[in-house]
Amino acid sequence: MGLKILTEHINVPGIETLEVYRKHGGYKSVEKALKTMSPDEVVEEVKTSGLRGRGGAGFPTGMKWSFLAKPEGVPRYLVCNADESEPGTFKDRWFMEKNPHALVEGMITSSYALGANTSYIYIRGELLFVLRILEKAIAEAYAAGLLGKNILGSGYDLDLHVAPGGGAYICGEETALLESLEGKRGNPRNKPPFPAVKGLFQSPTVVNNVETIASVPWIVNNTGAEYAKIGVGRSTGTKLISASGNINNPGVFEIELGVPVEEFIYSDQYCGGIWKGKQLKAVVPGGSSVPILPANLILKTAAGEDRLMSYESLSDGGFVSGSMLGSGAFIVFDEDQCIVRNTWNYARFYHHESCGQCSPCREGTGWMEKVLHRIEYGHGHQQDIDLLVSVAKQIEGNTICPLGDAAAWPVASAVRHFRDEFEWHIKHPKEATAPGAVYRGQLDAITA
Amino acid sequence: MAGDNIKMAETINEVKFSDAAMAEIQRYISHYPEGRQKSALLPILHIAQAEFGGWVSPEAMDKVAEILNIKPIEVYEVATFYTMFNLKPVGKHVLEVCRTGPCCLRGADQMIDMIKQKLNIEEGETTADGMFTLKPVECLASCGSGPMLQVRELYYENIDSEEKLDQFLEMMRNKEHETPTWAK
Repeated sequence: MGLKILTEHINVPGIETLEVYRKHGGYKSVEKALKTMSPDEVVEEVKTSGLRGRGGAGFPTGMKWSFLAKPEGVPRYLVCNADESEPGTFKDRWFMEKNPHALVEGMITSSYALGANTSYIYIRGELLFVLRILEKAIAEAYAAGLLGKNILGSGYDLDLHVAPGGGAYICGEETALLESLEGKRGNPRNKPPFPAVKGLFQSPTVVNNVETIASVPWIVNNTGAEYAKIGVGRSTGTKLISASGNINNPGVFEIELGVPVEEFIYSDQYCGGIWKGKQLKAVVPGGSSVPILPANLILKTAAGEDRLMSYESLSDGGFVSGSMLGSGAFIVFDEDQCIVRNTWNYARFYHHESCGQCSPCREGTGWMEKVLHRIEYGHGHQQDIDLLVSVAKQIEGNTICPLGDAAAWPVASAVRHFRDEFEWHIKHPKEATAPGAVYRGQLDAITA
Repeated sequence: MAGDNIKMAETINEVKFSDAAMAEIQRYISHYPEGRQKSALLPILHIAQAEFGGWVSPEAMDKVAEILNIKPIEVYEVATFYTMFNLKPVGKHVLEVCRTGPCCLRGADQMIDMIKQKLNIEEGETTADGMFTLKPVECLASCGSGPMLQVRELYYENIDSEEKLDQFLEMMRNKEHETPTWAK
């Protein structure tokens, strides 16, 4: 396996304790940054590293940090987004559970870079058991003088707290997260103002994903230039991939960006191939909101080049023949899976999770769920397929937060690549609704 | 009318947090700047739910409003937005089963159907003996280990056969809830 930045020590017994974590080089970045670097120097290293947000959007982290407003006398905040709720994604939960100090260390070093003296980790409410693990690690860090006043004698003060959500996918959107952290409903805010100017408690705030923040210590210890050498092109560094679905080895894998998709699916180091000796039908490579791709298009681009696990390669071809790396949630479908049923399932998810603030999303997600339900259950009309595409189009780009797009893309892409399967459901409702029935007419074409 | 409200308040059961719960509530409030105590609302609702039988009653919400010095409506609107807060009485064990795509690829639909059949309840219902409530939920970030479900703070994963489901249900019948860390 390749270089491990985030998971090198993750299976060391006792790594969740401060003592063992420090024995394996833990908290070195705090010493280095606070004692030998200025905050701006840390920001520069992160910029040089090319690190991109690991929560899904892939925005350059150093650039996001440099947008942070710094008015005199106004507190600044760093908020860690640990609201991991995108279907298919479970890397952050796994990482925090196993190696909580790695996130705490990243929070201290990053907070120092941003000049924050109070920082929060907002974790989804279902993960209260992980919150307890983080709070234990934080208490250990306070006792060791790594948090609190005058950290390691540097003169820098930082308080770090964990706050639970209450079960709402929308709170992974950064402004909804901030509302929730303030004890309100998770309704996304209009932008501008952006959180970098007016975020938590109306103060300048940076919101970063768990994996993003956990990558900072390595960058500080080894320099941004070294980090930029890992990976491929503008996809620098390593990425945690949550692999799920019909594979032999589901789980979280740290990969150097640029591993070929085919190797990722079939190598025993990673997914270990399709379970039960079945054929690959499709993959959703970046979490439920990114476009689904049939087997042929996930393995090779439309131009016939090997598809790689990188931001650029997975999006090659745009939405016509490509998808996105997203949060790195790699969901694999075998030949027995029904695309219509899965698309309905996702549509139900987005309808359930829409905050209800914008009409196109509130109403549109409900319509998509309803139409997909009737197709799946044998009551579809011929015009339903075009209706779905039209509703998806009317949601996309017409909402104040990206949940609308996230709801539209899986539906639009499923119809784009698996239209035959939708038509089969509508034309042959009896056959399609028989127990265990799956459309196989397209299999040869997409697996060839 | 104010007079009527006072009368009503006398007739309902008094909501009282334990000392351990109050200490935990105060700890959360201390995490936020002066005047921003409302920020502790979600953690406090979790504490209330753990304290008062797995759900939050209107009376419990009013108590939370009083502690935070905010209007009751500010608590109601939040408690009704987030799906983790049960607003009606529930069984001893609420089975929060993941029903989202990745778990379904590994048999979650079938698992939910089996639970319905075995417990003779539909989604949202509670068994006659008050032991189980079935509450399908959306993705719990456990997609590599589905089908799975959550009960209170714990995850139960890879329940991928009828045999494992039977074992799980049997275990739960004889199980008391873990005491939250703050109450230990």
